[in-house]
Amino acid sequence: MTETSEHLFRRESGRMIAVLTRIFGVSNLELAEDVVQDAFCRALEVWKFRGMPENPSAWLMATARNRALDVLRRERTARTFAPELGRFIESEWTLAPTVAELFAAHTIEDDLLRMMFSCCHPRLPGEAQVALVLHILCGFSVDEVANAFVSTHAATEKRISRAKKGLADSKRLFDIAAPAEVLRRLPSVQSALYLLFNEGYHGASPETAVRLELCQEAMRLTSILLKHPLGGTPSTHALAALMCLDAARLPARVDSSGNLSSLFDQDRSRWDQELVAEGLRLLGLSATGSELTEYHLEAGIASIHARALTVEDTDWKSIVSLYDALIALRPSPVVALNRAIAIGECAGAQRGLEAIRAIPNPERLARYPFYFAALGKFELQAREYENARKHFLAALALARNPMERYFLEQRLVTCNSASAQQAL
Amino acid sequence: MSEYVFLYRGGEAGRSPERIQQSMQKWMAWFKELSQNGHVKDQGQPLERTGKVVKGSQKTVTDGPFAEAKDIVGGYTLIEARDLEQAVELSKGCPILEVEGGVEVRPVMKLSM
Repeated sequence: MTETSEHLFRRESGRMIAVLTRIFGVSNLELAEDVVQDAFCRALEVWKFRGMPENPSAWLMATARNRALDVLRRERTARTFAPELGRFIESEWTLAPTVAELFAAHTIEDDLLRMMFSCCHPRLPGEAQVALVLHILCGFSVDEVANAFVSTHAATEKRISRAKKGLADSKRLFDIAAPAEVLRRLPSVQSALYLLFNEGYHGASPETAVRLELCQEAMRLTSILLKHPLGGTPSTHALAALMCLDAARLPARVDSSGNLSSLFDQDRSRWDQELVAEGLRLLGLSATGSELTEYHLEAGIASIHARALTVEDTDWKSIVSLYDALIALRPSPVVALNRAIAIGECAGAQRGLEAIRAIPNPERLARYPFYFAALGKFELQAREYENARKHFLAALALARNPMERYFLEQRLVTCNSASAQQAL
Repeated sequence: MSEYVFLYRGGEAGRSPERIQQSMQKWMAWFKELSQNGHVKDQGQPLERTGKVVKGSQKTVTDGPFAEAKDIVGGYTLIEARDLEQAVELSKGCPILEVEGGVEVRPVMKLSM
């Protein structure tokens, strides 16, 4: 199978479920999932003997469509399918053309979007929305979602089945043609996509491959949102810009020996310049209208990093003021920590340490390894080696995966050798 | 060279899209290797898991086969191998074994000695 069709089944799974749920109605979500599973099993059986068809995606869709017709014919008296399609499904005259129309390629993106908005129901907690998006739209199994979130199978299964039940009970899919409704729910959708991306970018999952996939899925879904006339707002452009600019750094986040590399140590020639350019283009497009969102500010920060050829080249002053605005808009301990780090870069280690110590309610960062790593870094720069060592050890104890552990061990080594140098 | 039929029984069902795709890629790689080494006489066909069973002089027709899922034949391949031992060895690469399925290796009866 070629490079382009990697994760083909996952993607097609989301597309088929989105279409089938539209036909069967959201209350028959499970039935849609059965049909998809069935289409995949058939594909596996047939393709392994006869090879891949020329257009695998069309083959899967056609198989799902035929199965859907079977199910509709067999069960139309016993079940209630999508209420808005009711009479078209009941009559044999209109059944096949109606289903064929719903499976037409040009309507599928709308179906994906409809499902995306439906999954992001504000009644569901953020993590449940993301789990649902991953499971239904991205074709991740319960185990794969659990793996991505470093959660147990049981907990994830419970979260997903509860969210699915909520979705099925909602009776109708979200109406993406209603402007007021779309604008009201858009922040929920953006926030779920942002969470999905961040889980990939900063998440605790030890497997690099999983993290990359989460970022890619978030970007894929965001680009669908961007294309929709109501979804492609300035804030969605800012979100997409942020993802591109952050993702551009992904190739350099892990160095050639597979170790985590911080923004300060990265080989910037490995940043993906195509993504940087795309991110800057989207950021430009986000600057219309009067709305200034957290995505604008974060994308702004990322764009300053992306434009700096070296760490020393970085315009830290502008970064600090963007963080000031971000804190005013969305106060969070991690944002406060990043602001403090920027202050340290801008005005020296002492000022950085003061800014970290001034973070309100630092206990909220007590389990975050990079809080202690930042303290250690500035203590190290201030030549307070004993303090630095203490902080790096604290960070190490909180490391969530081998990559983080190695990264922090290296910091400790640097600290020890600097302190030995001084003793000489 | 002698001919052998591989009957694939059970396996698969209830797995994630990603796993199904991986499984298919393994099957394709396995068939490719077998045919590159000149062992594939006929790659064979997949079989539907249900059909009809016709039995006895009364020619009774029933739905079936009602074997357990793990025993149902899902497809076959015609293989060429030196001897049964080699055919068995070849079958050990079959990806169905990773998903609790099995391969039945049956020599095709020779017409003349």
